Amino acid sequence: MRFWFFFFSLLVPAFLSLPVQAQTSQIQDVMLENGLKVLLLENHKSPSVTFQVWYRVGSRNEEDGKSGLSHFLEHMMFKGTPKVGPEEYSRIVAKNGGRSNAFTSADHTVYFATMSREKIGIAIELEADRMANALLDGSYFEPEKKVIMEERRLRTEDNPTAALAEVTGAVAYTVHPYRRPVIGWMGDIEGLSREDLQRHYRRYYVPNNAFIVVAGDFSTPEILSKIKATFGKIPRGPETPKVRVEEVPQRGERRVVLKKEAELPFLLFYYHAPNFKDPDSFALDLLSVVLAGGRSSRLYQELVYHKRLALGVDADYEGLSVDPTVFSITAQVMPDKDPAEVERAIDSLVARMRAELISEKELEKAKNQVEASFVFGQDSVFGQAMRIGQYESVAGWRLLDSYLAGIRKVTAADILKVAKQYLDTDRRTVGTLIPIKEKKQ
Amino acid sequence: MKKLILVFLSWTLLASAPPVLEARLTPKRSVLENGMVLLTSEERALPMITLNLLIKAGSRYDPQGREGLANLAARLLTYGTRSRTALQISEELDFIGAGLSTGCSEDLATVSLTLLKKDLDAGLNLLADVLTASVFPPEEIDRQKKSVIASIRARDEEPGAIAQTKFLEALFPGSPYGRPVEGTEGAVERMERAELVEFHGRFYRPNRAILAVVGDVSHQEITERLAKVFQSWDRGGAAEEPVPSASPGPANSIRIQKNLTQANIIIGHEGVPRSHPDYYAIQVMDYILGGGGFSSRLMDSVRNERGLAYSVYSMFDAGKYVGTFQVTMQTKNESADEAIRIAIEEIRRIREQRVGEDELQAAKDYLIGSFPLRFDTNRRLAGFFAQVEFFELGLDYPDRYPEMIRKVSREDVLSAAKRYLQPEKLIVVVVANQEKTGIKK
Repeated sequence: MRFWFFFFSLLVPAFLSLPVQAQTSQIQDVMLENGLKVLLLENHKSPSVTFQVWYRVGSRNEEDGKSGLSHFLEHMMFKGTPKVGPEEYSRIVAKNGGRSNAFTSADHTVYFATMSREKIGIAIELEADRMANALLDGSYFEPEKKVIMEERRLRTEDNPTAALAEVTGAVAYTVHPYRRPVIGWMGDIEGLSREDLQRHYRRYYVPNNAFIVVAGDFSTPEILSKIKATFGKIPRGPETPKVRVEEVPQRGERRVVLKKEAELPFLLFYYHAPNFKDPDSFALDLLSVVLAGGRSSRLYQELVYHKRLALGVDADYEGLSVDPTVFSITAQVMPDKDPAEVERAIDSLVARMRAELISEKELEKAKNQVEASFVFGQDSVFGQAMRIGQYESVAGWRLLDSYLAGIRKVTAADILKVAKQYLDTDRRTVGTLIPIKEKKQ
Repeated sequence: MKKLILVFLSWTLLASAPPVLEARLTPKRSVLENGMVLLTSEERALPMITLNLLIKAGSRYDPQGREGLANLAARLLTYGTRSRTALQISEELDFIGAGLSTGCSEDLATVSLTLLKKDLDAGLNLLADVLTASVFPPEEIDRQKKSVIASIRARDEEPGAIAQTKFLEALFPGSPYGRPVEGTEGAVERMERAELVEFHGRFYRPNRAILAVVGDVSHQEITERLAKVFQSWDRGGAAEEPVPSASPGPANSIRIQKNLTQANIIIGHEGVPRSHPDYYAIQVMDYILGGGGFSSRLMDSVRNERGLAYSVYSMFDAGKYVGTFQVTMQTKNESADEAIRIAIEEIRRIREQRVGEDELQAAKDYLIGSFPLRFDTNRRLAGFFAQVEFFELGLDYPDRYPEMIRKVSREDVLSAAKRYLQPEKLIVVVVANQEKTGIKK
């Protein structure tokens, strides 16, 4: 996340988890000899090609005291190789009419460029070069550290809801690395060294720990031969260390309060939930839509419309994660309303979800919303590539094939079952942002 | 938590064009009997349709003392019509998984609808209903007023938004272009139903509207259906209102105290309207100065060399009648003064010396080369068509654009910088913990 950003979770709740059913059969899956997998999806609706390199490394692979390492490395990957000068990568892509950037999450680090069919080879060469030859140059290390600290101030320190999410996440998980913020704690960022970056780079930036996704207006044989000629030359690396930490089952609610200068209180519930490898994920996805998909959804109707307790609400199931995840419910509290009252209203609504079947009509509505967003999601080749990459990094892209069928099979009883099982008070963490008044200078 | 963060380097709207004629960027255009301008482009790859409607009903038409009326009217469109309650509208939309949203800016209100092809009739009925038969129920007015007021407060916890508001207020004092579209708490509180009804009746007229439709439908098919659903929507008789005056305020230094870790800074002054003959030279110049993402001078000197900011950019935002120029950045409180000084130095430097031939070429290559790639989704295409019409750029705009960029010379850039960057007129807004910034008043 070098520049500009938005949170996917703010889009339609189930957006990213939606499949490309009609198109997965057209995905080509090629494994190079060095262990680099290439996934290709031709789509000629617009004249652009998105090329993405996914490394299977993120904050999940970090240790205490070294948080933010993967993200820091992502920044330093733009500082050049023996062939390409510092910051030249972005300039070369831009000069050829393309856009490029990168982002880091808990599970992966992704570099991408969107260019025309004629030019995309340039991005392929540059990406292959920096997979093997990044300099992580010493003289750019300290200024870039300052940039990342500014990034943290911008995203978290001065952003009350992001700060709440960070501290609540740190309590929801006790041992699993998902408890650490992707960008890293400020003290950790400050303490990171060039050697840390070098080690991380050597360990994780190998073809057998990465895969490529290409989507858009290209010819498969042409682009494959380009990829083989560039990435194919990079030798396979040693096996990367596996993360085998399991979060201990939660027995009893946890509560976090953040007091910070802000205008409106904010509530955040994290319920432990399985990821997309679990068959319950289909029902969990639909549950999030029943709760917060559109203005006719339950949370919206109850909290925003009828009771006027919240300015906005959301429910999000983040099933596309490598390890078990959370189901979240959030509410931005109206001025002069008590967060405790909002919490009670959410509790009684969740209690109903756990006691009664939803109607067939409500179920059908949720399924229609999921299916429509699935079609809308294909409007962007970048979005398509993202979805393929996320599935691949979690459970293999082939899971996309069974997704829509899985959604269609869900019954009202399934939704009741997952609500009972996962929206359990004893397995949740509640974060509350309490605004405090500005200290006058 | 898992923060999937993504990036769109969003250059100023409508910046450039492809080297060869792009049929997909040239819509079919017609004017319906009731005066509505219709622009369409068939995109048959997916069974979906995107409709984007602009209507001259923005906040510039707010009566004095009723600031926020246009915004409230736009919000209330989907909260009750002669034949549907607010809940019925959202139930119908959610049941077909469609997205219908309304918005408001200084010049325009917008209504956009995305739906599956099979639901086109249902969607058009809803669209026509909310545009022509809104009834503004009193309890919905009350609800939306509270919601707008809460949003106005919520904006006070976003330092970037505060800086933006203060900047526009100082730049266009007393003008609709200098105040928030949402209006003020007091004015919103006072709004009455009769005023909303009157505003709607007067400004929501087909001869004030532009509708762009992109997707799985032909021009003829959509024209016939629109004629049917909009048959009772009559032209308005009101004369075209004069453009409100917006004379720029003087150079100024504005400090807002907030207990933040970063100073949020905007430096800028008046820009140019979209129709200005030097618009293209200005865009090239601005790309080099700070509009060009990682390729810009501001990015180099503020971020890469000194590590002072994560995000820094400049922008000439050109509206139909007025424009702004601004540099936006965030840096820790302690370095605010230094960052401002460096940004101003860059503004001076581009006014004093001709840019390098390579810099100029890189800017032109990006602007021309990236053009066809930027409109790579139906939604972006629909937005582009509507804007081309609103700004009266002509259907051949995509064909003319490359030449307008190509002919910009180093001398043109220099003279654009000299004329349209005015260091003596800069308004400097700093939202920060002022004690730490050390900026002298």
